[in-house]
Amino acid sequence: MTTDLARWQFATTSIYHFLFVPVTIGLAFLVALLQTSWYRNDNPAFKRLTKFFGTLLLINVAVGVVTGLVQEFEFGMNWSNYSRFVGNIFGGPLAMEGLVAFFLESTFLGIWIFGWDRLSKKLHLTCIWLVTGASMLSALFIMAANSWMQHPVGYVMNSQHEPQLTDIWALFTNPVFLWAYPHVILASLVTGAIIMLAFSAWHLKRKSSVAAFRRTAIISVCVLAPAVFLNMFIGSELGVVEGKYQPMKIAAAEALWTTCDSHCPFSIFQIGGGNNDETPTQIWEVPDLLSILATNHPDGEVQGLNNLQAQYVKEYGPGNYIPNVFIQYWGMRVMAYLAALIALFALWGLWLIRRKTLAKAKWFLFIAPWFAITPFLMNTAGWLLTESGRQPWIVQGLMKTSQAASPSVTSTDIWISLSAFVLLYLSLGVADVYLMIHYGRKELEPSLVDGGGGGGGGGGGTDQPESSSSAESEDDRVPALIY
Amino acid sequence: MVHLNNIWFVIVAIFWVGFFILEGFDFGVGMLHSFVGKTDVECRIAVNSIGPTWDGNEVWLIVAGAAIFAAFPSWYATMFSTFYLALLVVLLALIVRGVSFEFHRKIDNPRWRSAWRWSLTLGSLFIPLLLGTALGDLLHGLPINSSHNYTGNFFDLLVPYGLYTGVTLTVLCLFLGAAYLTLKTEGELHDRVARLSGRLGWVAAVITFGWLTWSHVGLSTGFVPNPIDALALIAVVGAAWLAESGSQGWAFAAAATAIGSVVGSIFFELFPRVMVSSTNSAYNLTVANSASPSYTLKVMTVVAVIFFPVVLLYQGWSLYIFRKRISGPASTTEATPAGPDGAPTAPIRPPVPAAGE
Repeated sequence: MTTDLARWQFATTSIYHFLFVPVTIGLAFLVALLQTSWYRNDNPAFKRLTKFFGTLLLINVAVGVVTGLVQEFEFGMNWSNYSRFVGNIFGGPLAMEGLVAFFLESTFLGIWIFGWDRLSKKLHLTCIWLVTGASMLSALFIMAANSWMQHPVGYVMNSQHEPQLTDIWALFTNPVFLWAYPHVILASLVTGAIIMLAFSAWHLKRKSSVAAFRRTAIISVCVLAPAVFLNMFIGSELGVVEGKYQPMKIAAAEALWTTCDSHCPFSIFQIGGGNNDETPTQIWEVPDLLSILATNHPDGEVQGLNNLQAQYVKEYGPGNYIPNVFIQYWGMRVMAYLAALIALFALWGLWLIRRKTLAKAKWFLFIAPWFAITPFLMNTAGWLLTESGRQPWIVQGLMKTSQAASPSVTSTDIWISLSAFVLLYLSLGVADVYLMIHYGRKELEPSLVDGGGGGGGGGGGTDQPESSSSAESEDDRVPALIY
Repeated sequence: MVHLNNIWFVIVAIFWVGFFILEGFDFGVGMLHSFVGKTDVECRIAVNSIGPTWDGNEVWLIVAGAAIFAAFPSWYATMFSTFYLALLVVLLALIVRGVSFEFHRKIDNPRWRSAWRWSLTLGSLFIPLLLGTALGDLLHGLPINSSHNYTGNFFDLLVPYGLYTGVTLTVLCLFLGAAYLTLKTEGELHDRVARLSGRLGWVAAVITFGWLTWSHVGLSTGFVPNPIDALALIAVVGAAWLAESGSQGWAFAAAATAIGSVVGSIFFELFPRVMVSSTNSAYNLTVANSASPSYTLKVMTVVAVIFFPVVLLYQGWSLYIFRKRISGPASTTEATPAGPDGAPTAPIRPPVPAAGE
C-alpha cells in the first residue's frame, strides 16, 4: 500500500515536473536564437521578441525549477531502501547535475534577468546561451541516471550483494542513454517550438505585429520540422535498444502475448482485449512493421509476454514480471501517433513558408494555438511507456519497486504529502497557464516592431531606440522595480 | 579509504555552511521585506536586492543534498525519510517562495500580490527554521534502529534542542538579511534597516550564546568551547557591535561568519558521526558506515575539484556585478555606487566593463 502510494506520488510529481522541463529547454534555445539575431543585426524587433518569449520562458522556469527540487528530495524521502542500495551509483550523476549544471543555470539565469543594462550585449547574450547549455547539461545527467535504471551498467555486485560502481564512463556510454538523451532533447525542442508557434500564430491571426511574429513563426517551424522527424527516427532506435535490454517493455507495448517468429505485424489499433489486451476482438495491422521497429529487420523475431514471463521466473524466481499492458500499448500509440501528427503539421508549415503564405494561412493559424496541447500529451505518454514498462523493476534486473520504498514512512505520511502536492500543483498549474496565456497575448510595442531591418536600430546603442513610455519596459530598466 | 570519507564529510559541511550564509541573507530579506518596506517600491527594492542571486544561492542546498546522496547514500536515505513531513513543508515552502519571485509582479491585483508576498515571507521563515531543526536533531539524536531506519513519528522530531537550533539559525538569518539590506539600500529605507540590524544583532548574539551553552552543557560535548564555537561567539558579538556602530560592511561579514560557524560547529560536533541514534549509540550513522565505496568518492572528488572552484568564481562574479545599492525610481538613471565596504565578495573583476555606466 505504501509502495503504491509512493509510486502515485512519484508519478504525479515527475509527470508534472516534465510538463515544464521541455518548455524550459526548448524555449531557452529559441529565446537564445532570437537574442542572437538581435545581437547580429541590431533590429529592435528581435529585442522585443526576446523579451516577449523570455517572459514566457521565465514563467515556466519558475515552476519547472521548484518542482525539480521535489524530485531530488523524493528519492530519499519515499525510496530510502532504493537510495541506500544504489546511491553510490545513482547519486553520482545527481550530484554532478547540481554541481556542473544547476549552479550554472541558476546563476546565469539570474544574471540574464537582471543584467539587461548591466552587461555588454555580448556578455548578456553569452548568459542566455549558458542557461540553455546548462539546462541541456542538466538533462544529460538526469538521463544518465534514469538510463541506468533501465539498463544498469558499470557496476559489480559486492560480497553483500549490493551493486558497487566500478566505471562511471559506462553510465555515459550506456546505449539506452545514448539514444534516450537526444530523444528527450529533441522532444524538448519540439515542445518549445510548438509553444512559440502557437503564440506567434495567435498574434498573426489577429494581425498584431505581423512582421515580428511571422519571423518567430518561421523560426519555430524551421526548428520543429527537423526536430520531430529526427526524433521519430531516434525514438524508433531507442525502441530497438530497449527491446534488447527490456524485452518486456516492448512486448507489452505491442500487447504481444505469444512470441512471433518473423514478419511480425504491427497493431495500429485494437480493442476488446480487456486491460491486458490478451484476446482483442478487433485489430488493424500493418504486416512486418513490428519486426522492423523492434529489430530493424522485416523477419526479426519478437518475444511474447508469456515466453518472457517464463524466462524471468526461471532467472529471478516466482513473481509477475509483466508491466501494465494497457499503459504500454496505448502509451506507445499516443506518443507515436501524436508525433506523426506533429510531423504532418510541421510539413504543412514548411509548405506554407515556401509559398510565403504562412502569415495569412487561416486554418493553419487557427489550429496552431490549439496544437500546443499535443507535445505535452506526447511527452507524458512517452514517459509512461518507458517508466511503467520498467515495472516491476525499479532497477531492471537488480531491485524490484516493491523492495525500494522507505520503511519508516507510513501511508498516512504519503496521503498528507500527496494531497499537499496535488493541491499546490493544481493551483500552480492554473496560475502558470493563466500567466502564459495572459502574457502570450500581450502585444509587442508597435512603434518598435514593424520598423524593419537593421536601419531601425541605429548604432550599437543598447537602449536608445527603446525609451518608450510603456510601464513594462520602464520597470525593467529600474533595478528597484523588477520584482 | 577512510580518508576520502572524511574529506567528503568536510565538503558536505562546506555546502551546508555556504547554503546558510548565502541563502541565509536571502531568507532574512524574504522574511523582512514586507516589514521594513513602508511602500510598495521599498518592498520591491528589498526583494530586488536578492533578485539576481537567490536562485543560484539556493542551489547550495540542492548540491548539499545531492552530495550526501552520492557520498553517503545511507545518510541520505535515513535523513530524508526520517524528516519526511518536515521536508514536505520545506519543499512546499521552497516551491511557493521560488515561484513568488517570478509571479508576484505578473498580475496587478492586490490579493494576488499579497498572496505571493506572504509566500515569500513565510517560505523564508519555514525553510531555515525546519532545516535548522533537522540539523540540530542530527546532533541531538533520534530513535534510529539497527537497520538505520527511523522508528519515531513526526512529533518525535520536535526535539527542544533541535527546535532551538532552528530558532537560532532563523534569527541569524534575520540579522544577516538586515545587515545585507543596509549594504543594498539608500535613504530612509537604509536608515530603517540599519537601526533594525543594530537591534537584531544583540538578539542574535544572546540567542547564539544560549545555543552554544546548550550544545555544551545540554549535549555534554564538553565544557571547553571548540575553536569554531569560539569563532561563532566572537563573530556574533562582533557583528552586533559593528552593526550598532554603523560599520555595515564588516557587520555583514561578521554576521556571515557567525551563521557559518554555527552550522560548522554542528558538523564539527557530529564528526565522525553523521546521524546520532538515541536508541543505541551502536546504531549511529557514521562517515565510515554510511559512505559510498572509494571509487565513487574518487570520481566525485575529481568532479568537485574541477567544478567547485569554477562555481565559486562565477557566483562571486554575479555578486560583484550586482554589488550596487538599489535606488528607487526617483533617481531613475543610475544607482549610486556602494562604498568600498559595500561588496560582500568580489573575487574577480568582470572581463568586460558593464555597459552604460
